[in-house]
This record gives sequence, C-alpha cells and structure tokens, in this order.
Amino acid sequence: MADRARRASSGNPDEPPGGKQILAADDISRILDRIAHQILEKTKGAPDTMLLGIPTRGVALAGRLADRIRRFADVDVPAGTLDITLYRDDLRRGALRPLGPTDLPPSGVDGQRVILVDDVLYSGRTVRAALNALYDLGRPDQVQLAILVDRGHRELPIRADYVGKNIPTSRSESVAVHLTEYDGDDAVLLTGGEER
Amino acid sequence: MKHLLTTKQLTREEAELILDLTGQMADAVSGREVPKLPTLRGRTVVNLFYEDSTRTRTSFETAAKRLSADVVNFSAKTSSVSKGESLKDTALTLQAMGPEAVVIRHPASGAPQRLTQWVDGAVLNAGDGTHAHPTQALLDAYTMRERLGGIEGRTVAIVGDILHSRVARSNIWLLSKLGARVRLVGPPTLLPTDIDAWPVEISYDLDASLKDADAVMMLRVQRERMNDAFFPTTNEYARLYGLDERRLALMPGHGIVMHPGPMNRGMEIAARVADSPRATITEQVANGVWVRMAVLYLLLTNGDAQ
Amino acid sequence: MNDVKLIKGADIVGRGRADVLVRGGRVAEVGTPSAVGAEVIDADGLVLLPGLVDLHTHLREPGREDAETVLTGTRAAAKGGYTAVCAMANSYPVADTAGVVEQVATLGRAAGYADVQPIGAVSVGLAGERLAEIGAMADSAAHVRMFSDDGHCVHDPRLMRRALEYVKTFDGLIAQHAEEPRLTEGAQMNEGAVSAELGLPGWPAVAEESVIARDVLLAEYVGGHVHFCHISTARSVEIIREAKARGVRVTAEVCPHHLLLTDEKAHTYDPVYKVNPPLRSGADVAALRAALAEGVVDAVATDHAPHAPQDKDCEWSAARPGMLGLETALSITVAALGGPGGADWDLVAERTSRTPARIAGLSAHGRDPEPGTEANFTLVDPAETWTVVPTELASLSQNTPYAGMELPVTVQATFLRGRATVLDGKVAEEIK
Repeated sequence: MADRARRASSGNPDEPPGGKQILAADDISRILDRIAHQILEKTKGAPDTMLLGIPTRGVALAGRLADRIRRFADVDVPAGTLDITLYRDDLRRGALRPLGPTDLPPSGVDGQRVILVDDVLYSGRTVRAALNALYDLGRPDQVQLAILVDRGHRELPIRADYVGKNIPTSRSESVAVHLTEYDGDDAVLLTGGEER
Repeated sequence: MKHLLTTKQLTREEAELILDLTGQMADAVSGREVPKLPTLRGRTVVNLFYEDSTRTRTSFETAAKRLSADVVNFSAKTSSVSKGESLKDTALTLQAMGPEAVVIRHPASGAPQRLTQWVDGAVLNAGDGTHAHPTQALLDAYTMRERLGGIEGRTVAIVGDILHSRVARSNIWLLSKLGARVRLVGPPTLLPTDIDAWPVEISYDLDASLKDADAVMMLRVQRERMNDAFFPTTNEYARLYGLDERRLALMPGHGIVMHPGPMNRGMEIAARVADSPRATITEQVANGVWVRMAVLYLLLTNGDAQ
Repeated sequence: MNDVKLIKGADIVGRGRADVLVRGGRVAEVGTPSAVGAEVIDADGLVLLPGLVDLHTHLREPGREDAETVLTGTRAAAKGGYTAVCAMANSYPVADTAGVVEQVATLGRAAGYADVQPIGAVSVGLAGERLAEIGAMADSAAHVRMFSDDGHCVHDPRLMRRALEYVKTFDGLIAQHAEEPRLTEGAQMNEGAVSAELGLPGWPAVAEESVIARDVLLAEYVGGHVHFCHISTARSVEIIREAKARGVRVTAEVCPHHLLLTDEKAHTYDPVYKVNPPLRSGADVAALRAALAEGVVDAVATDHAPHAPQDKDCEWSAARPGMLGLETALSITVAALGGPGGADWDLVAERTSRTPARIAGLSAHGRDPEPGTEANFTLVDPAETWTVVPTELASLSQNTPYAGMELPVTVQATFLRGRATVLDGKVAEEIK
C-alpha cells in the first residue's frame, strides 16, 4: 500500500539519501503526458469524467493530469480528493491516522466516469477502500484507476487502467515517490531490499 | 489515550486533536448519499446507561452506528441491574461479550473509573454523578470554535448550579486548557467550596458578568435543588440568575448562548432567548454526534494505546 | 503446657533490658529472675509494651458474620498487639440491651484472643430518640461503662445532656461520634478542593467541630465525661485543647488512618479509602499528629471496620464507610509519633495502652510489667518492617487502605494473662 511504502522509506534515517533512483523528474513528466493522452483516447475525449486523487500524493497527480488534459485537448476534467482513512481495513494497527478532506467536484459522482489516481499500486487494499468510499458518495457510471508506479504483490483482484511504470520489487523494498508539491523534487526511488 | 473519563486528564494537544477530528467527521458524513462509514465495522460498542438520558444515549448510538459499529444498549431499567446486580457483576457480564468500548452513564461520581478495572475495552464517560461529562464539554468547545472562530482568549461565563454540574466541571478544565477565560456565575450556595485553585474567576453578579462574555453557558437547575435551601424560590433564582432578553442585550453582539439541555424555559433561560439566533442549543445537539464519532474513532482505532 | 514463662532480654517499654517471669498468668518478677523449668522466650532485640487497648472496634458479630466475627476480629487484634478491645454497639441487633452486651462478652471469652469489652448504645436502636437501658447494661455481667451510638451522632442536644447526666451514677462516659447530620446529608468525603473536583458531596469539618463544641459545653454544664471518637480535624483539636485547659472532663481518640492518609486518596475513587469521618487534609494530619504527641488527643483507637467484599467492590457512593485497623495501628502510630528510629516507646504505650485502658476502665490492662500485674503485653521488633498484604491479614475482611505499603515495626508476640495469642509473629491456632 502506498502509505505504508512511504512511511517505511522516510522513517529510516540509515538509508543512503534517496535510495536507488528509478524515475527522474523528466521521466515522471513524460509518463503523465502519456497517461493524459491514454485517458483522452480510452474515454473518447473524457466527457462526464472526473479525476479523484487519493491522499496524499494522488491528489497532486490528479491535478497534474487535469492540467495536461486541458492543455492537450482543451477539455475540462475536474479534479478532486477522496480520503479513504475511515475505510481502511488496518485501523486497529498502528498509530492514530488523521483524517484528510474529501473534495468532490460540484457535479458529484452520480452518472460520472471517475478515474481514481494514486502514486503506487501495491496490495490493492487502498483501492479497495477507495471503491467503498466512492460508492458511499453516490453511484458512478464507471470507475477507472490511474497509477504512477505498479510494484506488484497484489492481494486483491485489482488492476490499473493506466500504469505509468511497472517496477518489479521485493516485499522488503520500499518505493518512495517524491513530488515537488510535497517533497521539493520529482523522483521515484527504491530503497531497502538487502535480502534479495 | 485508552479511555475518556474526564477532560482534566486530556492534554491540550489531545483536546485539539479531538476537535479537529470532530470537524473532519462532520465533513466526512455531511450531505452524503450514505451517511455511514465502515470504519468500526464488526466492533461492538455497549451503551451502559444507569440514568435515563435519551438524548445522550441516542447521540452515542448514532455516532457508533454512523461508524458501522454494532451497538448494544444496556439500560439499567430493563436489565438485571434493576434486580440488584452490582456494577462489578454487570461489568463482568459485559466483559464476556468482549465489547471494544463501553459508554457509561451513571449517577455515582467515579463509576466509569471503577469500570476500567473490570472491563478490557475502552471506557467512555457519558456523565458520572456530579463529576464529569467530557463529551458534552468537547461538543460545547467545538460549537464555540465554530461560532466564535476559536477558543483562545475568549471569555466564557458558566452560570447556575456549578456545585452539582458535571457539565460545568468538564467545561472548566477543557476551556481553560484551550486558553479561554472561564467565569463561574451563581449564588454562593451553588458554587463548590475550596475552588481557589481552579483556573476560573468567580462572580455572583450575572449582569456584570455578561458585558464582555463571548459565550454564556446556562446550566439546568435541577428540580430537587429547589426544595433544599440552595435558593429561596424559583422566582428569585430566575430574577437573579436567569437569562432573559434584557440580559442578552448586555452581551457583545457576537456573543452566543449555550445550554446543555434539557432546558427549564422561564427558569434559567427565557423562551425567547432559547429560540433566538444567538442560541446554539440545536447546533450543540448536532455537534454531539460528530464529537462522539471523533472520540470513538480515536479510542477504537489507535492501535498504540491498546 | 507450661504455666511458667521467662521472657528474656526484652527492652521494657524503652527503659532498658530486663527479664520477665510470668507465673499463673501474672508477672512474678522483673529483673534477672532465675526460673528452672520455665518456658524461655527469647526477646533479645524486642521491645515489650503493655498489651494494646482499642477503644473502638467493630467486631460485626452479631449480625454481619460475613465481614468479621468476634473470633476473627480478636485474632486480628492479637496480631496487632492488642490484649483488649472495646466492641462498638452497632451490631445487628444493636447492643442496646443487657442481653446483647453479655452475648458479645461471652463470645469474647470463648474466643480467648483478647478481652472484649462491649460498648452499649446510648439510644434504642441507635435511633437517637430514647435512651437505651444504660443502667441495665452497666449492671450486667458485661459491666458496660462506655456508651456510644457510633456510626450515628447523638445529635439531639437534650438526649445528649440526659445521657451525660445518667452515666454519672456509675462514673460512665459517652463516646460521641461527632457529626451534625444535617451538614453531612449524602456526604461522601472531606469537603474541600478534592471533593469539589471529584464531584463527591462534601463532609465539612465544621459538622464535626460544631458538635464537639456543643458537647464540650454540655459536659461542662452537667459535669459529665464526654469522649470524642475518631476526631479528624485541626479545629477539633483546638476546641478540645481549650476544654481541657478549663478542666472539662473530655477525652479524645484519633484513628491511625487520620494520622497518615489524606483526602487525595479519593482521586482513585476506590472505596477502600472511604471512611467516616473522612480522610482530611494534610494540615489536619499534621495537627492530629502533634496533638497525639502532646496529649490533647489521649489515645489511638482503630475504628477497625471490616466490610464484606461486595460492600467495597462497587461505586464510591454505594460503598460502606470504614477500614481495617487492628493489625496496622501500632505500626502507623509509631510512624506518626516519629518513626521507629527515635520511637518514644513510653509515649507509644501511653497512647495505645495505658490511657485507653484507663478511659475504658479496664484496670487489668495498660499496666507495665510489675510483680502482681496481669501478664498482658506484646513484644515488638523495632527494626523489622513489613508490607501489608490484604490476603495475609488475620481479619476476615480485606479492606485495608495500606495494601502494598511498607510499615515500620512488627508484632512478634502477644500475651493475654500469660498465654501466647501470638508467637513468632503468627496467631496461635489455639490458646493454651
């Protein structure tokens, strides 16, 4: 799960700064360009479509995709935020999780094509929580998933419609996604994995 | 934080966290197609009520159900308690059901603290004797924060029967911790003795106390006090310590009127004041559900505390 | 069975070492007696005190044998160094007739662990309305001379006046539980900062002090002897000090818990700390300690109040007031009077044995060992400490507020008319 991956990487001060870089800033930019084009192609111009980012980094990615779609096709695809904290299946474990906002575009989700956006796809549990959260908000016509990095190890029958990059990993490794909005730079790093 | 027994035990950070979560809970559920979250699915919350309090019990029950918890209502009136079962035996019976949380309302001060020794789950105090009512104080603080834009530096007058009020006690600790100036107003017979060390000002003069009050909290006058020489007559009480329109006009324009309910209209609060837009009484009830959701979320999902 | 005992090497009430020869239940010789064939008890390093006398014990029999019996209560007394206890009248039925007080005295003799002196009720059923048959109880085989409605205050001033007058016929006394009932309705703990915070109805000090002031004046007026049970406040001490200075016949006792614990304990809401009168402030504790050392307070009395588990394993306000005291009183008195290092054993003996024996009229008790006196004494190890474990107490109940506390001095042996009720720190299984 993306959250867990981030926590593990940022919580270990012994790692060499950054770890092994998998994607650089211009790689990420190209990938987002491609996904934006794929969305326009697959949705036939993205009518009645919205992007919902899953906090934290999915929100920034959704915003960037919306900008690109506007630039490439002059289509307004609204971007929003879908907080899934209260839908997680691991709330008994770990420290208290603060809640994030959920901001839907004014249209609401009923009858819309909703594209969920997150940074890393791992076990699939975050997406499961997001689907549940989404259906408590209304009844979308269609739900798709856009992901920057798919690192494998799925625990649920979930796959992404738009994948930036597949990165084979071991479970002991962590994938850290940096985005300028939060981290000051754009990069995807792989850390840990001694036992591989 | 394993239990919520008093506001005195909360740190300022914990209190602010609960108030932040309260706002987030309100945002998370308000205006949704399904006003219900799966957060506590499969967990059991027991409402153990030894006093009739439909409003508080319903508020806790609604909060727990909005978070998808299973709620078991255990009312003293209809259970083995009315057959003389002790609190300890009732607790041991409940313990066998393995509830993750027990919400207790009890006429004896300290009963929730005793209960923590007999059950494993989190204990939430829903009002004990004349001791504490922490979720009421938290919802009052949340209401003030929403209406006044904050609590730090605000002046709050708490008026009436402080001596017998668990609501007053919980508000005193919480509001002073959050930086408010708290003023207790009432006849000396209804103020506790030896409270010099409390973080409050004390006044016997309601008119003078209202002039700079950002909020005034009117306490219910219990009927049984009326025959026990705490004050001569209800008329005299209403004249000296009741909030009527004349007194409301003494407050600053932005000042709000609060009441934990249920009200004695015409006694501690005039009907027109209770119904004025300055009164937050129905908001307090609505906010009660959000606060209790926040507290349940905090106590039941915080793995580190369990 | 050996009727002759030689207690060797004990420090006699802190005055120096001597051997004590006991024959036929009485002291035969003190000094360096030789006694061939005597059972020798090595008391090297121990302090000998006259057997302790408790002015205020609740033995719970008849009526509440699930909490304590005369047998278990006197075993606890012996373990605490006591050779005599005064049994309070609030049994079921109330000790307000000659029949009940004689029954209690008989049970005490049958148990054999300590002399049991019944206290009679002042009023019928402790109801505070009509005088009980005080004269009949005084004339009975129980020879009652102390009367008390303890648990309730004799609050009617006319009844109190009559009682003080009436007991003059046999030089009796009234032991008053000083509590103005109208000021303590529903009271749960000391009225003060802690009760204000905890939301427990307060028991104001003035409810005790106002009754003491009134009764001092009544006793002065009628020339009677009033004894104040369990005084708990600094102001009570002052009123009694003034009364004594004027020559009023007034005596007073203090309980060990009021010499050690304060109302801060109520923060736990654990009813093991609920007692009547309640635990007070630190200033009251200090004043009571000073008054005990000075003699304004005459005696330590335990107010030993055993309660069955269900009466304490509950909410504070539902719990019955009272705590165990017999087995811990000596340790706490020693601590309150300055600790075992510099213990003034003569003062300890005065406050726990000689004076209470004099107040209760128990002439065979409270006597330092001299040839001819009854061999009622206790041997104390001044150097040893012990930790209170409720399940290890001799009492049938476990409501001690000192659980887990380490206390100074241990009782090694207690002798009642020469027979060991406690030996090697253990209660004798039977009294030989």
